[in-house]
Amino acid sequence: MPKDGGIGASSKRREDVRFLTGAGNYTDDINMHGQAYVHFLRSDVAHGTIKSIDTSAAAGMPGVVRVFTGADFEGVGSIPCGWQVTDRHGQPMQEPAHPILAQGKVRHVGEPVAAVVAETYEQARDAAEAIGLDIDELPAVVDMKAALDSGATKVHDDLNDNLCYDWGFVEENKEAVNKAFDDAAHVTSLELVNNRLVANPMEPRVAVGDYARGTDESTLYTTSQNPHVIRLLMGAFVLGIPEHKLRVVAPDVGGGFGTKIFHYQEEAFCTFAAKACNRPVKWTSSRSEAFISDAHGRDHVTKIELALDADNNFTAIRTETHANMGAYLSTFAPSVPTWLHGTLMAGNYKTPLIYVNVKAVFTNTVPVDAYRGAGRPEATFQLERVVDKAARELGVDPIALRRQNFITEFPYATPVAVEYDTGDYHGTMDKLEEIADFSGFAARRTESEKHGKLRGLGVNCYIEACGIAPSNLVGQLGARAGLYESATVRVNATGGLVVMTGSHSHGQGHETSFAQVVAEMIGIDESMVEIVHGDTANTPMGMGTYGSRSIAVGGSAMVRATEKIINKAKKIASHLLEASEADIELKDGAFSVAGTDKSVAWGDVTLAAYVPHNYPLEDIEPGLEETAFYDPANFTYPSGAYACEVEVDPDTGKVTIDRFAAADDFGNIINPMIVTGQVHGGIAQGIGQALLENCAYDENGQLLSASYMDYAMPRADDLPMFSVDHSSQTPCTHNPLGVKGCGEAGAIGSPPAVVNAVVDALQSAGKGVTHIDMPLSPDRVWAAMNG
Amino acid sequence: MAQVSMTVNGKAASGEVEGRTLLSSFLRDQLMLTGTHVGCDTSQCGACVVHVDGHAVKSCTMLAMEAEGADIATIEGQANADGSLNVIQQAFQDHHGLQCGFCTPGMVMSAAALLKENPKPSEQEVRAYLEGNICRCTGYHNIVKAIMAASGQDVTAIAAE
Amino acid sequence: MYNFEFEEPGSVADAVAALGAEDAQALGGGQTLIPTLKQRLAQPSKLVSLRGIAEMQGVCKGDDGSVCIGGATTHATVAAEAGDYPALAETAAHIGDPAVRNRGTIGGSLANNDPSACYPAAALGSGATIATNTREIAADDYFQGMFTTALDEGEIITEVRFPVPEKANYQKFVQPASRFALVGVFVAKYADGVRVAITGASNDGVFRWSEAEAALSSNFSADAIDGLSLSGEDMISDLHGTGDYRAHLCAVITKRAVAAAA
Repeated sequence: MPKDGGIGASSKRREDVRFLTGAGNYTDDINMHGQAYVHFLRSDVAHGTIKSIDTSAAAGMPGVVRVFTGADFEGVGSIPCGWQVTDRHGQPMQEPAHPILAQGKVRHVGEPVAAVVAETYEQARDAAEAIGLDIDELPAVVDMKAALDSGATKVHDDLNDNLCYDWGFVEENKEAVNKAFDDAAHVTSLELVNNRLVANPMEPRVAVGDYARGTDESTLYTTSQNPHVIRLLMGAFVLGIPEHKLRVVAPDVGGGFGTKIFHYQEEAFCTFAAKACNRPVKWTSSRSEAFISDAHGRDHVTKIELALDADNNFTAIRTETHANMGAYLSTFAPSVPTWLHGTLMAGNYKTPLIYVNVKAVFTNTVPVDAYRGAGRPEATFQLERVVDKAARELGVDPIALRRQNFITEFPYATPVAVEYDTGDYHGTMDKLEEIADFSGFAARRTESEKHGKLRGLGVNCYIEACGIAPSNLVGQLGARAGLYESATVRVNATGGLVVMTGSHSHGQGHETSFAQVVAEMIGIDESMVEIVHGDTANTPMGMGTYGSRSIAVGGSAMVRATEKIINKAKKIASHLLEASEADIELKDGAFSVAGTDKSVAWGDVTLAAYVPHNYPLEDIEPGLEETAFYDPANFTYPSGAYACEVEVDPDTGKVTIDRFAAADDFGNIINPMIVTGQVHGGIAQGIGQALLENCAYDENGQLLSASYMDYAMPRADDLPMFSVDHSSQTPCTHNPLGVKGCGEAGAIGSPPAVVNAVVDALQSAGKGVTHIDMPLSPDRVWAAMNG
Repeated sequence: MAQVSMTVNGKAASGEVEGRTLLSSFLRDQLMLTGTHVGCDTSQCGACVVHVDGHAVKSCTMLAMEAEGADIATIEGQANADGSLNVIQQAFQDHHGLQCGFCTPGMVMSAAALLKENPKPSEQEVRAYLEGNICRCTGYHNIVKAIMAASGQDVTAIAAE
Repeated sequence: MYNFEFEEPGSVADAVAALGAEDAQALGGGQTLIPTLKQRLAQPSKLVSLRGIAEMQGVCKGDDGSVCIGGATTHATVAAEAGDYPALAETAAHIGDPAVRNRGTIGGSLANNDPSACYPAAALGSGATIATNTREIAADDYFQGMFTTALDEGEIITEVRFPVPEKANYQKFVQPASRFALVGVFVAKYADGVRVAITGASNDGVFRWSEAEAALSSNFSADAIDGLSLSGEDMISDLHGTGDYRAHLCAVITKRAVAAAA
């Protein structure tokens, strides 16, 4: 029987009521008294020297409050990068300055050059057109490999070249890996592109800056996944505002998918301009603006090689990747192709030797940073594609080859520095074989062929690493932040609880699932627990939500804080019950003395805490409020096996996803309904990457896919119903809930299944196609078939 | 500036607008009906869908002055008279048809228009009708399921949770 | 958007007068024009909405049996009411998405003549007559290249008359992002011959594929297209497909339209 509340129940989401009735409070819904609007004049060329900016005409336009240029920000800090990668020679990465408004040069289409603050948005835009901007255009650096040629135009004149870093991992393994390839019975190699994507949360970014002159306090309302991180980065490194004078609020946020982690110029601008203009300043991005100002994702070009022995055991993996950083280093950009990618290259397999080389490259394009999965989809895609290709070359069943090489004993230390605590890869593959109905595939293929269509089946596995941690380790790896999470649990006198979490919900349903955990721990109804997040003024310092970390790290902090509450409440109860604290049990919202019928209700204990008339004041303080910070001992390692069935129209190249099945192991599950929804959304984004989405630049650095007219978002009729299972559960061993995280799995696990399926379909028709780069749009598939 | 008057969710509404003022801007900025969202500028995402004289329309692609005298329905007017969720809204909650909530108002309004035209749509009909509503969170699975459930169809056979 | 005046006249005569103002522009359903204005790609002084003109609304049947559609009639109305020409109603039923179909108009679409729009293929493929406030223009004379038509400044499409063929069909292979036609083919079989009009593919906008028309006029079956091909050289080549790919699709989609024609 499904539970009707608490951990494991598919509780309906409480936040839905406001979203379904138009009562949400998104950043663009916030309007401050006296607010002005900013419009950014953005570069329409990819690379150039700013010869002059004449703002005099614009300043006199109707409604204009003030026009800003880079000159107004001299002496103001650079937008910081939060992760420093050390290259394979022990040298720090090259790190360019990242101005709020362009200084001297523009380096990508969309870079803000000037900003007009005016009474209305349209007046600001009208005036921006009156700015005289003279840019001397320079050759654009677009192709990553050409960017590394000697003599290539430099994106940053003050850097040595366009190479941000050349990273080797594990550098000490390199020779052993090379030797394994020399000794291999078979080597499969594959060159592939992990296509550049735009995250496209449906809510475009918005920032509202406000300044209180009387108290010298700044407030920023922003569409962020992590308001405390923005407060720290912007306050300490950019604007020099101490955190006690700076409040950052991220209210209802309409999706993030990574691109709302980062600290952006527009946030700093609005905060700065609110003080400079002494009135609130609001910026609302249009979708067109989002395409050229939100950090993009992926954009790797990789050569991967897999060595096998004569018995088809994997003996070594060697990769070389070029990773696009764009024109500047976005907040976590350097970590994505390195620590979030190289460390995952073992996948689900006991390959003993692995060497990963990554060259991160500056180009005249929008900065590239984490997008759902961040590094892990790139690792999974290349590994699962090369394994599939190897199976075809060797004439063995792709599933059998995978099973033969599965890691089966845990904990398992990979050759790429991480240790998997638990997993059952055969278990998820068994479950997949069941839900995907592999046995019916042959009949379905025959049926498709009758209609002139090719049918293919693609399978892959994935391993993910969520809740990146612990802080002291990530510090050694270059993180300029800790990766703990926090929670304050405040119990009110009448027994209701408020949990103030540093995690942030922008679609994940924390307000519901977090409440389920606390309600279960105390044995009270979920409706008695309120989850508060997204405001630095009323939540403890937290690191926010990304990397599928919320339940594993934020949830653990909440559990720790709730445990402290329960421990204190037991002390109070033992006093009220005149019994030993050791004998007090908490069950179903009441404290009882073991082996007796003596009990006291939760509400009586909480009331005593705040009305301490009969209370052990000599031993404990009144009140019932506790905070915990939780710093995990390790990552968590969700895993799974995915299957995709496609039909390919050989006349047009169009690929239709007919069936998609996902068997995941997320450890313990708090709310199965929400977990399933997370997987659905991830799969849709993965299918989007595999078939539809292509963020493309021309050779001049102009973005070709700059709106939904050319950037294909997955729509309802592009996708099938999904078959999703997460009954295979190996709980995480090192966090209190045994949870692993589920937010990115779908996006990580699905692209290789789609591509494997299309290759299978084409080969079934005798086509010698071994790979097609994503997205597998009709023209590309048709070209591959007829190439 | 010119005066524009219309009926919004059954109540008379009027205001001063420019020629270029969009219906979505009028609703959000002047009537403070911020439930109608704007997610793109090329008339594709559908977060801004409202009903104009009973028909689904993208309010970001209609001028406020074009709505002179029209009967407008927005997400704010969809709940039952007692404030409880209507059948479609309730189905979205029951079947987890929303995550971040940003596309949701447009989805609900499009779903209402669909069910008015086609009271028992098939899965493929629902998917086709949602061509102009983009959701980035749900993968549509649960949206389609919710709309079919709201139409009174049995969706228990549709996979998972 | 740049600001503009807005006017909604009640008659064609008033609309023509209003469009006499400098830089005035007609507004149909606005489904293309308003996004264009948002990008600040046009700066009209005045938008003259044609939606309030009763005589430009609706679908009726002409004395010669043709289906006549008022210039300000929405796609949704055509889809619902042009049952006398089922292929035309079907074409309208798949333009854009439901909300777009509730606003977009046939006159607006034809006046804009987007190279990837559906209605130009239907009008050219049917040999329709485009009636304006001043004259009647044969479809063969009307379409003059991408975004270019025979319309004069201030001229309004009041009605479009479609002769009803024996059989017809429109097949659209969509561009995956915009959902406009990557290649759309309208095939219509009349007593005096077959017309094939293709949208989405050519740098010159909608065009008739005369070779296919000749082949189909003598043998109206999909096989008649076998061996025929178009050159990719003058086709649109972009992120979504090369000219050669579009040329290939033209033949594939034409065959499908012929096979589906009813």
